[in-house]
Amino acid sequence: MAEVKVYGIFAGPFNRRVELALKLKGVEYEYIEEDRSNKSAELVKYNPIYKQVPVLVHNGKPICESLIILEYIDETWQAIAPLLPKDPYQRAMAHFLARLIDEKFVMAKYKVCYGKGEEKEKGRGETCEVLKYLDNELQDKIFFGGDNIGFVDIVASYVALWFGAIQEAIGVELLTKQKFPKLSKWIDEFLSCRIIMENLPPRETLVPLYKAQFEAATQKASS
Amino acid sequence: MAEVKLLGVSLSPFSRRVEWALKIKGVEYEFVEQDLQNKSSLLLESNPIHKKIPVLIHNGKPICESMIIVEYIDETFEGPSILPKDPYDRAIARFWAKFFDEKCLPVLGKTWFGQGEESEKAKEEASELIKILDNELKDKKFFVGDKIGFADMAANLVTYWLGIIEEASGNVLVTSEKFPNFCAWKDNYSNCSQVKEHLPPRDAILAHFKARFQAAADATAPK
Repeated sequence: MAEVKVYGIFAGPFNRRVELALKLKGVEYEYIEEDRSNKSAELVKYNPIYKQVPVLVHNGKPICESLIILEYIDETWQAIAPLLPKDPYQRAMAHFLARLIDEKFVMAKYKVCYGKGEEKEKGRGETCEVLKYLDNELQDKIFFGGDNIGFVDIVASYVALWFGAIQEAIGVELLTKQKFPKLSKWIDEFLSCRIIMENLPPRETLVPLYKAQFEAATQKASS
Repeated sequence: MAEVKLLGVSLSPFSRRVEWALKIKGVEYEFVEQDLQNKSSLLLESNPIHKKIPVLIHNGKPICESMIIVEYIDETFEGPSILPKDPYDRAIARFWAKFFDEKCLPVLGKTWFGQGEESEKAKEEASELIKILDNELKDKKFFVGDKIGFADMAANLVTYWLGIIEEASGNVLVTSEKFPNFCAWKDNYSNCSQVKEHLPPRDAILAHFKARFQAAADATAPK
C-alpha cells in the first residue's frame, strides 16, 4: 500500500494544490482519480462528513480540507521546500490571505458568474477588492512566498489559472494588467515555472468545462 | 501604548476565544470594546477588508480572524500549548474548528434568525451537525487529547452561549437525551477553570439576544 495517497479530480483546484505541495517537497504519492457522480467507497470512508476531494491519506490516516492538508504536509515533511514562513506574524498573514481567496474571492466569483443585477455588481466589486489586496501584498516580491513558491502561491493558483479560465468561459475580464500590474506579473511568473506547468491542468482543458457548467446553470435558471 | 491590544466585543464568543488564548498564556493585554454600529477608525484601519472583530494588535501589527489570532498567540507566547504538537493531531484540531465555523455556525444562525421554512429546514440540518459532533465526542473528553484546546475553543459558542440563546428564543435544540456525548463535552468545557472564570455575564447576553429576537419579530410582524 502506498504510504501517501491523494484523492482528487483532474480539473480540481483544491486537490491540485495538495499535489503541488507534495511535488515541491519531493514526496512520492499515489493519485486516485475520483468520479464526482460515482464516489468511491474509500473516499466516503475517508471523508464521511464532506464526501469530497481532496483527501490525503498518510500511513492509513486521512486528512481532509485542502488548507489543512497543506499545513499537514508542511509540518510533516519539514526539511525540504518550507511552504509557510517561520515568523508567526508572516504565518498569520499567509493564513489570512489563503482564507481571503478560499472564502471571499470564491464567493464573489460565484456572484459574478451566477448573480443577477445588484448581486452580480456586488460580486464584481468584491472580486476586485480581493485582487487589489493581493496585488498590494505582493509588493516587490517575485512570489507571495518571497524568492520561492510558498503556501499563498499554491492557494492563489486558483486565481492564476482557474479564475483565468472562468473569465474566458463567461466572457468577463476583471483581472487586467492595467488594474493589477503586480498580480498579473506574478501570474506570468508563476504559471511559467516548470513545476507548475508540469502539475497543473492546461488552461485549454478548463475553459470548455467551465463553459459547459455555466451554460447548463444558465439554461436551468431560465427554464 | 500597550504592546498587546485586543479590539473586541465583550459579549462576543469570537472575542472570548482570543481572550482565553491570551489568558492561558498569561499575556497582559488592553481590551478595547468596539461599537459595531459605529465602527472605530482603528478597527477599520486594522481590518479594512472585513471590518470585523476580533483584531489583535501586537507591537502595532494587526492580526485578524479569531482562530488565526489564536494560532498566532500559540506560536508567539510561551506557556501551555493550545494546538497539539503532533501534525496529525493538529490537522484534526483544525478540521473540527473549521467544521464548526463554516458548517455549524451559519446553520445555527438560520435556526435562530431564519424565517418559516428556512428556519425549520435549518433545525433539521443543525440536528444532523450536532449528531456528527456527538459521534465524534463519544469516549472523548475534548476534541483532541485530555485538555482544552484549539477545536474546543472554536466551538465555544455552543457551550455557554447556546443555552442562553435557546432560552431567549424559546427554541431548544440541544438536549442531553438527544446528544449525550456532546452535552458531556459541554459540561467538561464549561467547568474548566480557565473558561469558568472568564465568561461574560449571563444576564447581559440574555438581554442582548432577547432584544435581537424582539427586533426580528417586530420586523416581520404584520403591520
